[in-house]
Amino acid sequence: MRPFRYERPADTAAAVALLAGTPEAKFLGGGTNLVDLMRLGAETPALLVDVAKLPQADVEEMPDGGVRIGAAVRNSDLAAHPLVRQRYPLLASALLQGASGQLRNLATTGGNLLQRTRCVYFQDVTRPCSKREPGSGCPARDGEHHNLAILGWSEQCVATHPSDMAVAMTALGAAVRTEGASGARTIPVTDFHRLPGDEPQRDTVLEPGELVTAVELPPLEFARRSRYVKIRERASFAFALVSLAAALDVADGTVRDVRLALGGVAHKPWRALRAEEALRGAPATPASFARAASAELDQARPLRDNGYKVPLARTVIIRTLAELAQAPETS
Amino acid sequence: MLAEVSLRVNGTEHALTVDTRTSLLDLLRERLGLTGAKKGCDHGQCGACTVLIDGRRANACLALAVAHAGADVVTVEGLADGGELHPLQRAFIERDAFQCGYCTPGQLCSAAGMLREAADGWPSAVTPSLGTDGIELDTEEIRERMSGNLCRCGAYVNLVAAISDVAAGEAGA
Repeated sequence: MRPFRYERPADTAAAVALLAGTPEAKFLGGGTNLVDLMRLGAETPALLVDVAKLPQADVEEMPDGGVRIGAAVRNSDLAAHPLVRQRYPLLASALLQGASGQLRNLATTGGNLLQRTRCVYFQDVTRPCSKREPGSGCPARDGEHHNLAILGWSEQCVATHPSDMAVAMTALGAAVRTEGASGARTIPVTDFHRLPGDEPQRDTVLEPGELVTAVELPPLEFARRSRYVKIRERASFAFALVSLAAALDVADGTVRDVRLALGGVAHKPWRALRAEEALRGAPATPASFARAASAELDQARPLRDNGYKVPLARTVIIRTLAELAQAPETS
Repeated sequence: MLAEVSLRVNGTEHALTVDTRTSLLDLLRERLGLTGAKKGCDHGQCGACTVLIDGRRANACLALAVAHAGADVVTVEGLADGGELHPLQRAFIERDAFQCGYCTPGQLCSAAGMLREAADGWPSAVTPSLGTDGIELDTEEIRERMSGNLCRCGAYVNLVAAISDVAAGEAGA
């Protein structure tokens, strides 16, 4: 591992200032991904600025009924928080289906958003990878890609985003609050993560040195009727092959509103806007759910060995919506 | 690059100068001679390095020692109360919850942390209604909550039995 300097600033301003002065610096949250990547040589920061102890560890209700989550809130604390369990069960469930108990105790909200792909080529420094070494190529396209993208990939990169939490936040239409050298801004989470395009090295739209300070969840009454469904190769402690965050609002047998996001299928959590559009105003029936799934997945471009993800995603969408349509109000 | 780190381990204060790259696991094993916590994968995937940091279970292999300066750490060596084994340690022996023993220190620390999480009302991925109706540590719950600890010998059946015994004892206490 490359030697690095370690700093533990007292506040956000100091953290941002430290990064502004050092191009090869990184923020450190729980370290569950970054430390691993440093050990593998895939990340080589010269300075780590520890932001896990900044005073950003609160979950609080906002005046509009939404919830603000500090970037340093641990995944385990967030999953157990009463406001999250009651109002956003899909988010609590997504968190609890991610990683393991001991990893969730370390991992932070900001770090979870910013975790890197688990594509084997990205993690193996002996192989080319345009995400790690821009322009070096993507061996995954013709190599080991059974768990990689079916939507939105580019010639440069077919990686998937590994987070469960971010998929639920994407379905909810959360906002990411940041602070950087040029001040604070708010970024819709749907715009926060990027598709790879010609710059797969950029996972997000964050500027160099910009720090995630919080995530804000909007009030969404019908999110009380929501689920996070994760399909994986073993029962627990594995990344998603396909996952779905879904919230459904049904009245008199008709879909009034819906939120859908897919995980494990693209370089970013995939908000299924076409499926949502197909569902609003439609009867809450399996036929409608199947049409919605097709509307979204008609865009899919599976690779040689991951075509199974298309019918898998389709089945998960149909089944989950059917279950939500029948579920009693949880409130 | 060197850094000063002070932390409490199993009730004893330590002040050390460490390379910033040192994991908490390497500090425990190489500097303090506490070789109970094991280096299995060194990537957070096996749980053999699990210790309690400020009462919470965590993978010591991914925890940088400098990032946990000031922490209160408990390893498997600190679970027993003097000569009195921890209830989990007694249950592991009673139920023969191991074969080679390599994962056992991590399993014990993880189970100790897990029991506290459940007592605090934390739900798991299999808890009905996300725990708003309470939590019952049945076999399915224990398996899910302990999924961060792998056992290559496959002693899971007896591990679940041992942890169930302690969970039932605490629930009845």
